[in-house]
Amino acid sequence: MAQIADYLTAVFLVIGGFFGVVGSFGLIKLGDSMSRLHAPTKATTLGVGGVLITSLLHSYAIEGYLSVHELMITLFLFLTAPITALFIAKAHIHRHREDYDLPETGDDTCWAVLEKEEVVAEPLSDSLEDMKPTE
Amino acid sequence: MKLLRRLFPHPLLTLLLTLVWLMLVNRFSWNSVIFGFFLGVLIPFVISPYWPGMSRVRHTIKIVEYILVVIYDIMVANVTVARLILFKSNADMKQAWISVPLRLRTPEAITTLAGTITLTPGTVSCDLSSGGHYLLVHCLHAPEPEKVRQGIIDRYESRLMEIFE
Repeated sequence: MAQIADYLTAVFLVIGGFFGVVGSFGLIKLGDSMSRLHAPTKATTLGVGGVLITSLLHSYAIEGYLSVHELMITLFLFLTAPITALFIAKAHIHRHREDYDLPETGDDTCWAVLEKEEVVAEPLSDSLEDMKPTE
Repeated sequence: MKLLRRLFPHPLLTLLLTLVWLMLVNRFSWNSVIFGFFLGVLIPFVISPYWPGMSRVRHTIKIVEYILVVIYDIMVANVTVARLILFKSNADMKQAWISVPLRLRTPEAITTLAGTITLTPGTVSCDLSSGGHYLLVHCLHAPEPEKVRQGIIDRYESRLMEIFE
């Protein structure tokens, strides 16, 4: 039994390591920022996932207790990784708006990040005005 | 019944918070079940005035199904993208921007969809249109962008429609 667990942990560790390496290699190899963004989302999903399964298996089969902190790590990674990616993508689009031929947005005016600054800033300054103490 | 509704505005959130607390404690004991349940009741009760339009989630079975589908897709797509990175030259990659029309209207549902799209490798959700009717998605390699768009709508959006709306 312990032998099987050993082999299984080894297999998952290798799988996790492999995808981690591929993700990092992609970060170097891919040409531009937008496609580079795809690499880290990969490394966090299957790469880290493999390592966490290994840790789960190891604590259960070899150390004899079930540790579920790994599941929490997966959950938090799944919550935070897309947000980071979204922020990087938005900043990138904002700075390189002329370089890309973005698809149409139908009835809406444009993509949210390219909306004119005044439109975004106006309600904010209004509310600041309101907050000023009147004398 | 009405009192029960008021005490548990979001039964699923209560359950989730209890589970998360148990997982954080990392050792099963009835003490932590009770304290976790206490937190699970207290937190939704305290935050509900600050989150007025919070959408009620139905169909617990559908949520489990959705999570399983996404995990399966992540594994399959990871292999596909690993092959792309290793064996395809940068010049051969057909990158594409696609816009996905959204039928989902609640912010929670759109957030879930955008997160799912980013987690499944090969696609990253980048932006929302100003009125919230379209989602901008960047594909690493999509010779047929139309197919990717249809895949997102059929596989994820229709399921989220059933869960959230």
